Amino acid sequence: MCGIAGLIHRGKSSKVGHELQGMLQALKHRGEDSTGYALYGDTDGKNFIMRFKVGENVGEGSTSVAEDVSVYDERKKIVDSYLNEMGAKIIKEERILPYSLRYEIEYNKKDLLEFSQKIESIPGVEILSMGKSLEVIKDLGNAKMVCDRYNLDKLVGTHAIGHARMATESGVDIKSAHPFWGYPFSDVSVVHNGQLTNYWNNRRALENKGMRFMSECDSELIAVYLAEKMRDGASLEEGMRESLTGLDGVFTYFVATKDSLGMAKDTMAAKPLVLYESDDLVAMGSEEIAIRSILPQEIDTYDPFDGEVKVWQI
Amino acid sequence: MANIKSVSKKTKAQAMGMHTEVLTGRTQQKFFNPDEAENFYYFGTHDVDFNKRTDLDVKDMTAAEANKEIDNLMGQGYGTIVIKNPQGKHSLGVGILNKLNLIFEGSLGYFGMGSCDGPIVRINGRVGWSCAENLMAGKVVIEKNAGSCFGAAIRGGDLICKGSVGARTGIDMKGGTIIIGGDAGAFTGFMMQRGRIIILGDVGINLGDSMYDGTIFVGGEIGSYGSDAVDAELTKSDQDWLKRKLKVAEIGENFDVSKMKKIVAGKKLWNYDNLEPTEKKGAI
Repeated sequence: MCGIAGLIHRGKSSKVGHELQGMLQALKHRGEDSTGYALYGDTDGKNFIMRFKVGENVGEGSTSVAEDVSVYDERKKIVDSYLNEMGAKIIKEERILPYSLRYEIEYNKKDLLEFSQKIESIPGVEILSMGKSLEVIKDLGNAKMVCDRYNLDKLVGTHAIGHARMATESGVDIKSAHPFWGYPFSDVSVVHNGQLTNYWNNRRALENKGMRFMSECDSELIAVYLAEKMRDGASLEEGMRESLTGLDGVFTYFVATKDSLGMAKDTMAAKPLVLYESDDLVAMGSEEIAIRSILPQEIDTYDPFDGEVKVWQI
Repeated sequence: MANIKSVSKKTKAQAMGMHTEVLTGRTQQKFFNPDEAENFYYFGTHDVDFNKRTDLDVKDMTAAEANKEIDNLMGQGYGTIVIKNPQGKHSLGVGILNKLNLIFEGSLGYFGMGSCDGPIVRINGRVGWSCAENLMAGKVVIEKNAGSCFGAAIRGGDLICKGSVGARTGIDMKGGTIIIGGDAGAFTGFMMQRGRIIILGDVGINLGDSMYDGTIFVGGEIGSYGSDAVDAELTKSDQDWLKRKLKVAEIGENFDVSKMKKIVAGKKLWNYDNLEPTEKKGAI
């Protein structure tokens, strides 16, 4: 059934990694096959942060095939050489896990399409996120396990979205975990609760337009769908409103950019969402207990109605 | 209510709300023997004193622990229980088949007050999905907003939300009354079979979709009508009932009920099983 959560601080920063961990852990009964975070940290905005993987987590019920670490090392070397070829300079490099890396990159070209295609042409390599404040971290296990594994507790930023996944439509692996990066737009991420029934029709149409899919998870369609709309000049909110008719099925999804957070709910209102909104904080989740994990005091919350789209700025 | 001792068995059963329906394409009612009602009781219920009051802080309890403690307190004769720090927990207050004054100081998560028969409940906060599902008797008042599937399949009692509610309010309801002070979402009254829904504000799309029977009153705008939901004349008797009900519910006492819309089942779907495919298309 999956659980989603998101929050945005308006006019200040906070420990969004810690806050989102609490919200997602409160929703772990909705699924703990994998958990993903899209965190928008405080950065100077000069360099790109690229989160990528060179392999899969093959433990904890993964459906992926085990590979030797030497294979990961080889892929990393190729990534490094491709970055060098494209004129991208690695400022800082962190290998958090054998298969998961974080690079701070100086790269001056704006178009990330060619960049991403080149890196992802290496078999087994996937860019999880590319942005100047966005960092997508996703792995198998519940929110606390992933938070501890990647040391996300101390990350300070303005907003974040996350996902606790019960795998139904695709495998238990990192590539099928949410959030999905809104490739090739920097700093765009999506999480989704629900099921899309016109996935293949939309996927074929979007692939014919040059858009890329990395998984067979229906939720990835939302990220690609919105990215394609924005590529054609639509604003985020316009793209989201179009998705209410362009996407078929049941869904509640969140989308975040470097300075905004949005939510959309299908016209049947079939998937839950509870929302808290104040002047300095918006927090939302599949269940109220997610919000209560960061706001234990009595607050006013509500369920957005069917077909509702909302976008907040930081 | 008529003198219950002098009326026929059928009328007596109806007055006491003690009949069920067997749905096989059209309504068939099956009546209990009301003489057996006097001997009817739920196993494990308690004699309680409404003047005996206590607080219960559930902050560090699971829902199961909290519900067990409520039952334990009723066993000790407490008739008024105030629940502190519910903090959006799911499934609080479920399965209470007892007379009881229950007050929640805060909000509930999903499935709060489900399958209850008899308690008077006030929730000084919000409730999540499926509040008071299968309520059989009693009264549940929510001071703030409510999630979707509010009052799903209730059979009796009064369910009142002073704020707005989500989608599918009163889905499959078979009796009782649901009163909404604010707005209601899509598919309100979806497949309802009996009972009444009152919405003082606006309501979303597909109102009363596939409703089998029952009545919906709307004070605001209607997004759209669902299959087989049609307008009906708002009678003087309806208006009197609405005024009485809103007064008792302590909600919208000064609301002008004469401008409310009344929606009922068109009953084209009643004989759905007997229709030819082309006729079915016409019905929906």
